[in-house]
Amino acid sequence: MPNTDDGVFLKFDEVKKSYDQKNLVVKGFNIAVEQGEFITLLGPSGSGKTTVLMMLAGFESVTSGTISIRGQSINKTAPYKRNIGMVFQNYALFPHMTVAENLGYPLSVRGVAKAEQRKRIAEYLDLVELGAFGNRYPGQLSGGQRQRVALARAMIFEPTLILMDEPLGALDKKLREQMQYEITRLHEQLGFTVIYVTHDQAEALSMSNRIAVFNDGVVQQCAPPAELYERPANAFVAEFIGENNFIEGTVDRIEGGRAVTTIPGQGTVTAEAAEGLSAGAPCVVSIRPEKLFIHPTSHAHDNEITAKFVARIYVGDFIRYYFRLENGSEIVVKVLNDLSAPEFGEGEDGRLQWLASDCIAFPHPGEMPDVAG
Amino acid sequence: MRGFPEYFTIWHIAGHYALRLMAYLVLGFLILPILVIIPLSFNAEPFFTFTQGMLALDPDAYSLRWYEEIVTDQKWTLAIRNSFIIGVAAAILATVLGTVAAVGLASPWMPFKRLITALLLSPMIVPLIIIAAGMFFFYTNFGLVGTYPGLIIAHAALGVPFVIITVTATLAGFDRSLFSAGLSLGASPVKVFWDVVIPLIRPGVISGGLFAFVTSFDEVVLVLFLAGPEQRTIPRQMFSGLREQINPTILAVATLLVVLSMALLVTLEILRRRSERLRGAG
Repeated sequence: MPNTDDGVFLKFDEVKKSYDQKNLVVKGFNIAVEQGEFITLLGPSGSGKTTVLMMLAGFESVTSGTISIRGQSINKTAPYKRNIGMVFQNYALFPHMTVAENLGYPLSVRGVAKAEQRKRIAEYLDLVELGAFGNRYPGQLSGGQRQRVALARAMIFEPTLILMDEPLGALDKKLREQMQYEITRLHEQLGFTVIYVTHDQAEALSMSNRIAVFNDGVVQQCAPPAELYERPANAFVAEFIGENNFIEGTVDRIEGGRAVTTIPGQGTVTAEAAEGLSAGAPCVVSIRPEKLFIHPTSHAHDNEITAKFVARIYVGDFIRYYFRLENGSEIVVKVLNDLSAPEFGEGEDGRLQWLASDCIAFPHPGEMPDVAG
Repeated sequence: MRGFPEYFTIWHIAGHYALRLMAYLVLGFLILPILVIIPLSFNAEPFFTFTQGMLALDPDAYSLRWYEEIVTDQKWTLAIRNSFIIGVAAAILATVLGTVAAVGLASPWMPFKRLITALLLSPMIVPLIIIAAGMFFFYTNFGLVGTYPGLIIAHAALGVPFVIITVTATLAGFDRSLFSAGLSLGASPVKVFWDVVIPLIRPGVISGGLFAFVTSFDEVVLVLFLAGPEQRTIPRQMFSGLREQINPTILAVATLLVVLSMALLVTLEILRRRSERLRGAG
């Protein structure tokens, strides 16, 4: 194999994109993807994630930098010569062809013999559990069935790389979960590499090997789901992935990877120190709602703050408590719906406790991140 | 019949029937002149009026002699042949050019879209007589007056706007990601155009082509200016037939044209329904 980096299949090297020669939509994207990985590009709309996908598919040109597959640059390869499968958000099935003809199209383009085509079509229809639907037209299928056909069509010519552009965006919640499972199953069974674009973090967390979180044309963090959730690299990721509370404070000192911070009116809180944190600088301490406990509790704790009770919302399997700090910022606590879920009166004080290892202190991002929720 | 709402007064009801009557009168006014020529074309006598025998439904008063004349008279056979040659050639030319133009104009990267569209559609708006006069002087420079290519090009220019309009209408419902999908599956842009774009816009292309054909088929002004005796078309022959030798052959030709027009209308309607079904399914 003519590749330079061992095991690297797909590589983006300082890829930049500008539509107007002035503003960069993608500001230097780097990633090295191994064969068979499931990579998700996650970010709010307009963050550049779809542009990255379009450059990879060849529908958008690269302003600068290199995209290479197995060490070979594909910047100058026409889209139809890249041999990359793609699943579109609106399915993009050919309405004048039957399901079987749709699946056969990439094969006949490649000059596969008719008999072999029929065999492969039957095989892939079975794979997506649509064996009996070969003679239907796309218009006669439901949304979930169309999505399966689109998936089968992108896989049938056995590309080593499949791109998915918010493929489940048009489906309802139940169908979406079913298709997530389906895509994961096919990915494991067939072993192709996936680049998946979505703005749905639950989808990203449950399907991917690694997630690249985009914001404003820059990758904020690229890490496996658990690491992204447990150890976000900065306040944006902490806010974007899952739900998080942010408490403003000032760094007193940093020792042994931990920051001791002063929270106005509360005393000190110890937290894991994020990169870029310096003593004396303003910071935000982020803590997940499910890691907070309300006193009295049997859980061990290192930190404690006092906040005013605002509301208690019954969600079913758990209960959400809303508290407010003196500076007005809101704190959410998630408590399992069992006997320990306490009752509060309006305006009563609650003592919130948690472990130092469950919270992270980030450099203050300038403005307060919105409390997710 | 549907009952009237209870609040209707006698005047509401009178108004309702008056409206109906007017509608039927307008329809009759439009259609009767066309219908009346059909029985007249079977007249056994060389008159433009119903004879006593025809009114009495006497079989001897009817004949096919004027239809025979169409097929035997060399002037008419030449005119029919010319009409079809010029009409079909002009329609094909207009369809190809119009389709390509419409696809180009539908591209989001097309500059000066409005100006170019206006220019291409102008033959529909500019008075025919002005186009005819302009073409006559323009064509003399190239020796195109009195030739088949001259007439075909002229008629194609008249037909292009129809093709552009119908194809643009079908392209409006065309999902551009289908094109990207074709490319991602490994087909070259030209192949995707033939395999995906053309089948989906085909109803618009065909109906545009039919419009272009009909436009050429019943066009008489350009033919008067540009055609020599060799290129006489059916409308041109009818035009001189009316002035020189008044006989019901013209009526027989007219009847055939009515039948042809109806066939085309039915075809268009079938195409429209097919396209709707495909789009609904897409």
